[in-house]
Amino acid sequence: MSHPEVLAAGAAATAQGITFWLLAVISVVAGLGLVLARRAVHCAVLLAVVMLCLAVLYALAGAPFLAFVQVIVYTGAVLMLFLFVLMMVGVTATDSIVETIRGQRLWAGLAGIGLLVLLALTVGHAVIGPAAPATAQFGNSNVQGVATLIFTSFVFPFEVTSALLITAAVGAMVLAHRERTTPKPTQRELARRRVASGSPAPLPGPGTYARHNAVDMPALLPDGSPSQLSVSPVISRQPEPGQRELSGAAPGAHHDPGDRGADDHEAALPSEAGAGSQRGEGRW
Amino acid sequence: MVSPAHYIALAVILFAIGSVGVLVRRNAIVVFMCIELMLNAVNLAFVGFARMHGNLDGQVIAFFVMVVAAAEVVVGLAILTAIFRARRSASVDEANLLKY
Repeated sequence: MSHPEVLAAGAAATAQGITFWLLAVISVVAGLGLVLARRAVHCAVLLAVVMLCLAVLYALAGAPFLAFVQVIVYTGAVLMLFLFVLMMVGVTATDSIVETIRGQRLWAGLAGIGLLVLLALTVGHAVIGPAAPATAQFGNSNVQGVATLIFTSFVFPFEVTSALLITAAVGAMVLAHRERTTPKPTQRELARRRVASGSPAPLPGPGTYARHNAVDMPALLPDGSPSQLSVSPVISRQPEPGQRELSGAAPGAHHDPGDRGADDHEAALPSEAGAGSQRGEGRW
Repeated sequence: MVSPAHYIALAVILFAIGSVGVLVRRNAIVVFMCIELMLNAVNLAFVGFARMHGNLDGQVIAFFVMVVAAAEVVVGLAILTAIFRARRSASVDEANLLKY
């Protein structure tokens, strides 16, 4: 091997090492975040990070076909399914901090560390040899190699897989299907119900007359008070003392008991009992 | 140079993190995500072993693991939506009718 080739091989190995360590650190940090993040959507995003890191690691380890399947099937399909279900079940659902079993977190953490030590000892005692010399089946002809294996030695598991997928699809449809127990309401019934509800007009849109028109910004009523009706309950943020000036109410209106404007904290409610009924309508 | 041992060590760490998540979290969807993390870690170990042995059997097994994981997620999330529809909660503590 001539000198420049040795240099190139060394540089490639260094680049491989850098990529591996970078992605390993990122995926472990994202995995820890997946366990620690309280909101389910953050967990899903962190899981996407882990999966993309692993896809690159597959490519690095000589499995380009698996890398693409990882991106398409896992990051593309499975994770989107997770996000769809999160949207249905409720994005706002956060884990409760209350432990249902006493000391569960502590024991779970200890069990996790124990498992880590056990696995590390096992792997440490195992003889894991160096990588086999890189052949073409870990590079350009990887897809052909995998296809040959799937359609020769693994052809029976492959056929069983099709039965599994059909069963899963039918099972998901059966489980997620909801029987309609009441007849579907007609247009006429819907209109009647709407008029009878007392508020036939559509709900106010977010951001009207406020400082800006973001979807989470409540519209201002004619008297300057924010209307919580105008914000979807999924994305409405709770009014915090530090955020009040963002709602666009006049700064002079604060702490004025006569004005039932900007200051509708929970704490301010008792002193403004008279205004409570009208504001109660605007509350979710 | 990255050796197969590196991949397997990373897989061990990710698997342990995922198992802790399954034990700790109470939201059923997040528990599912942690299971996915464990499956991914095992796939990484398979790919590392395939690299070590110099044949593609490990990669094919990892491919089948992905297929089974996709089917498992579909059925699992369907069960979850059914439970959520009945109980209005995605917490694993709420589904306790078969407990005693």
